[in-house]
Amino acid sequence: MINSKNNFNITFYLLIFPVLIWLIFMIVIPHAELLVSSFLVEDDLGELVFSFGNYIEFFTQKIYWLTFVKTAAYSIAVTLLAFIVAFPIAFYLTKVTSRKNAGFLMVLLLIPLWVGELVTVYGWMVLLGDNGVINHFLMTIGIINEPINMLYTNFSMVVGLLYMSMLFMVIPVMSTLQSLDDSLIEAACDLGASKWDIFTRIIIPYSMPGITSGAIIVFMLVIGDYLAPNLLGGKNSLWFTEQIYNNFLQTFNWNEGAAFGFLLLMLSSGIIWLALKLSGQKLEKVGA
Amino acid sequence: MSNILEVKNLSKHFDDFTAVKNVNFTVEEGGFFSILGSSGCGKTTLLRIIAGFQQESEGDVIIRGQSMKGIPPEKRPVNIVFQNLALFPMMNVRENVAFGLKRQKLKKAAINAKVNEMLERVGLHGYENKKVTDLSGGQRQRVAIARSLVMNPSILLLDEPLGALDRKLREHMKVELKLLQKEIGTTFIYITHDQSEALVMSDKVAVMHDGQFEQIDTPRNLYKNPKTAFVAGFVGDTNRFELQSTAGDSMITQGGWTLQRPEHNNSAKELYIRPEALILNPANNLNDIVQFDVTIKTILFDGSNTKLSTMVNASNEELLISLPQNAQFDGIEEGHSLNIGVHLNDLKCF
Repeated sequence: MINSKNNFNITFYLLIFPVLIWLIFMIVIPHAELLVSSFLVEDDLGELVFSFGNYIEFFTQKIYWLTFVKTAAYSIAVTLLAFIVAFPIAFYLTKVTSRKNAGFLMVLLLIPLWVGELVTVYGWMVLLGDNGVINHFLMTIGIINEPINMLYTNFSMVVGLLYMSMLFMVIPVMSTLQSLDDSLIEAACDLGASKWDIFTRIIIPYSMPGITSGAIIVFMLVIGDYLAPNLLGGKNSLWFTEQIYNNFLQTFNWNEGAAFGFLLLMLSSGIIWLALKLSGQKLEKVGA
Repeated sequence: MSNILEVKNLSKHFDDFTAVKNVNFTVEEGGFFSILGSSGCGKTTLLRIIAGFQQESEGDVIIRGQSMKGIPPEKRPVNIVFQNLALFPMMNVRENVAFGLKRQKLKKAAINAKVNEMLERVGLHGYENKKVTDLSGGQRQRVAIARSLVMNPSILLLDEPLGALDRKLREHMKVELKLLQKEIGTTFIYITHDQSEALVMSDKVAVMHDGQFEQIDTPRNLYKNPKTAFVAGFVGDTNRFELQSTAGDSMITQGGWTLQRPEHNNSAKELYIRPEALILNPANNLNDIVQFDVTIKTILFDGSNTKLSTMVNASNEELLISLPQNAQFDGIEEGHSLNIGVHLNDLKCF
């Protein structure tokens, strides 16, 4: 008995070891270092001293917190759009079409993930550009005379963000819808519920855990994304990640970059916390 | 009493088979009507057609004199209790029961009054705010019934709602359901594969086989006077013998047992005898009795349901006999030979 208990302990530590290594070296230490460096500012002598300067800089420079607010607002909007686009897809795949078709369509949905975000973003540039596929097509059939300016706008940025994140809403919603027994829908129908009632009172509340976890993933992906805002949004659509990037790699102000990174982390955590509170969902339930 | 439901020449065809074949029946107002059949006999399809979830291929469903053709389930005066109950897991007991009333846009006070009354009636007073996932099987059952009954339907359809319960609770719910039906007076149509449920609760039982009704009768008649071989074999325990020939007044079983024949039915292929129709050591002065000897193989003790597994001496065919649990038969043991009698009327030939 004693022996087997010891064996169990050794196995336990062996299994937990990689996780601990990962947590400490990849998450705790880098974040701690970022946190420390975000409170450091170079003084006149070029020496690093403790200061709130990086954070004060953020609140006094209008461009910074305007970008910050815009990033938050657009991320929320893209998350909502992702829900609107993904929910009918998830519903169709789980409840309407046959299992065989669903498998095939699922592969189609997954293909953009296989080629990576950069390629899909370039794909959208080809589609949306002034000389791109869409404008060319519309001009050929004579609906428009001049190309519509779609690329390098908020519109193209939202399209790109939506495209790369939507699937992460589809999958968790699908998994909750799969467990939704059709007899619940029939029961609601039997009790006199209209189609709208069934949707709002049965289907949406039932799939709320899936919607919430999908929303968290999409929101995190979007608010922390760099490629789509940078390549599709152009100069007019500043994203907060671009400010962080600029600090680290263009002005080489790593301390301010660290501070901005922390602000972004707090922003996304804060919004998710608020959204969970408002929707009455619990994080541990969402994860399950 | 008037008929609340009339089903006329109802058929349902699927691509490659027919689930319901030309079914006709009526249900009286306030009655408890059961449809009894093994799984796959088409009883669920029939129920779903009455509820409006499936379209009949031919025929008509008439409720209170009104044809239900083209009327969607939410507009029909029937409610259904689903096999798996289909309670809404994200709502508590009160919200589940109030769901239908809320769709009718009733005033909040009226809804609350009705919900409270119904919960009281099914014995769930005080459970209003419990989550349905925290309830026991029997309580969930009652929530499902309350949720349908609160809509005050003309007919309540029940799709094997006791199937998921354990045996003891099922016995208890059977009685409770019958009492509830008597008390509120709503017409129940109950489908089940469990003959005991159907016999105990119903005023009338329809035995369904292969998409057709074999017999519609009171439970007693169904048991005592089955009209077809299927009913004789399906309802209740019975002994079945295949007949190799019938000639004149006698018939011969497959094993070679020759015995007297009750009526001149020359085409009879099968003989059914209920275990409790067999008389142990019959008196010699009884009329119309067929007598024969058996040898006891084993005693299957099961309280008041104890049976003897015996062999007919004439043919070595097996025969189950009910053994009354009184002192008279205490001496019976394996290997003994017994004289058995059976009334001619209790020999059912088809």
